[in-house]
Amino acid sequence: MQHGKYRFIVGFLALPLIVYAIFVISPFVQAFQISMTNWSGLVGTAEFIGLENFQRLWESSDFWNALRHNVYMLALVPVVTLGLGLFFAFMLNVGGKRRKNEVITGVGGSKMYKFVFFFPQVISVTIIAVIWFNIYNPDPDDGMLNSFLGFIGLDGLQNSWLGEKSLALWCISAVMVWGHVGFYVVLFSAAMASIPRDIYEAALLDGASRYHTFFRITLPLLWDTVQTGWVYMGIIALDAFALVQIMSVNMGGPDGATDVMPLRLYLTAFRDSQFGYASAMGVAMLIVTMTFAVLTMRFARRERIEY
Amino acid sequence: MTTEEIETVAKQDAPAKADRTPEPAKRKSSEGGILNVFSHGILIVWGLMVGVPLLWVAWSAFKDSNGILTDPWGLPTVLHWENWSNAWEDANMGQYFINTAIIVGGSVIGTMVLGSMAAYVLARFEFPGNRFIYYLFVAGMSFPVFMLVIPLFFVMRDFPGSSLLATYHGLILVYIAYSLPFTVFFMTAFFRTLPASVAEAALIDGASHSRTFFQVMLPMAKPGLISIGIFNFLGQWNQYLLPMVLNQQEDKYVLTQGLAMIALQQGYENDWGALMAGMMIAMLPVLVVYAIFQRQVQSGLTAGALK
Repeated sequence: MQHGKYRFIVGFLALPLIVYAIFVISPFVQAFQISMTNWSGLVGTAEFIGLENFQRLWESSDFWNALRHNVYMLALVPVVTLGLGLFFAFMLNVGGKRRKNEVITGVGGSKMYKFVFFFPQVISVTIIAVIWFNIYNPDPDDGMLNSFLGFIGLDGLQNSWLGEKSLALWCISAVMVWGHVGFYVVLFSAAMASIPRDIYEAALLDGASRYHTFFRITLPLLWDTVQTGWVYMGIIALDAFALVQIMSVNMGGPDGATDVMPLRLYLTAFRDSQFGYASAMGVAMLIVTMTFAVLTMRFARRERIEY
Repeated sequence: MTTEEIETVAKQDAPAKADRTPEPAKRKSSEGGILNVFSHGILIVWGLMVGVPLLWVAWSAFKDSNGILTDPWGLPTVLHWENWSNAWEDANMGQYFINTAIIVGGSVIGTMVLGSMAAYVLARFEFPGNRFIYYLFVAGMSFPVFMLVIPLFFVMRDFPGSSLLATYHGLILVYIAYSLPFTVFFMTAFFRTLPASVAEAALIDGASHSRTFFQVMLPMAKPGLISIGIFNFLGQWNQYLLPMVLNQQEDKYVLTQGLAMIALQQGYENDWGALMAGMMIAMLPVLVVYAIFQRQVQSGLTAGALK
């Protein structure tokens, strides 16, 4: 009996564990090893050079430039995305007409709204990048955004978007926000639906406005979800690889204005064959990501409210 | 705590409509009316901002390249069906579609089989090392793929026997390995919610452990399997980074790579008609799955943020 049980356990776990160990765990460990070598990819030519790659990274203005762009996006994209997500979710779930016997009501057609809002989440980021590449077409007459601005009489706002050094990074950030708001609308809607109605009922009886119910009831009760959503969105902002690679002028341009860490890593490794140095970038990215996640979890902690 | 959250998400599949109140327009009251109009107004604006770019792809797929470029907002005057055949044949989208279907088909099935086998054992059996193996899998959710991609490239290149780079089975194995962390995490939580008595009854009736799993437990886990299956299908169908690094041979390209290649090659002087049709080809399977399984897609994808 016992013998049969252990044979079953081993039989079921062996294959998943082997696949996982070969393709995920071993690369994870090797990344640290490779980051301390000057490997160029040929078998047997790696030399141990200690922390030299990290020192070089520390002194590299290109890397700091890329990291700075990721940090800008990290500061902006999650706030805007989660803010819009919360706002729309609140509209969907509490912004409806008041009906008899119901304290709070969602708007009609909320399923339809969610269907549309969520859509960018299910399509490939390459498709999103190609779409927005066209929207940002710099031609004042032919570009989608530019011709739209011209049509509504805002010619003054026409721009070359991705070609404009001071704007390009924000244009790409806007695409990130656009693509992820729907995800948070759905996430927050689900969380809001689990807040008991009688809490709202009590608040409304006490004369609270919708504005107050949102900031005093909904938001505090959603805090856990907001916090995890924040970490999740932050990790996306620390990436941005595919959007930058496909949309930006000359990959990371104009003039390095949209360069990001993953793009640096990719080019260093697979264009320049400096695998040791690129691995050091990977380790640095892990450190940045982990630091961000831990700090967010730490500083955003609130008393957990049971209901 | 986290598993409970997953359980609630998983359970949403069964009672489903708890939060969806039937919406008979009973009576109009003044309070909330203005807000309701305001809510709809804002929601519709965002809906258009998301929906129009996506619809633009659909109608542009029937325009000639010149029309897409010089009159992006215009509807097609003549339906250029040849875009579709150009995309399918000349731009090789047909080949990429078949590659993608083979790889994703293999890896979704593989992920489901290996993932639920491991999850079942981890959820239902006590043995030394159970927790360790579980956390080993779950930790994989927080590894940045960028850091792993360099060592992974060499694991594949120097694989004993023959290189796994740019092969179907190589990419299938990698997709499985990178989908296992979340699949194991999700399915372990799901198997824990299933009643133990049924499995015990099957064992007492003389069924073996593996027969109990395949004929009793797996059918019971169907809602969870559907959610996680859709999640994996979408993630793998839209995967860009892994194939770009591990699959650099044009006849083995997947759809995302093919689209990115066309988009990157020629910038604004492109066969845009074929590119738009190609994007529609890449999006259609996803659109079908999303339209049919909207609720499962939304709950499955957002479950990822609750980790």
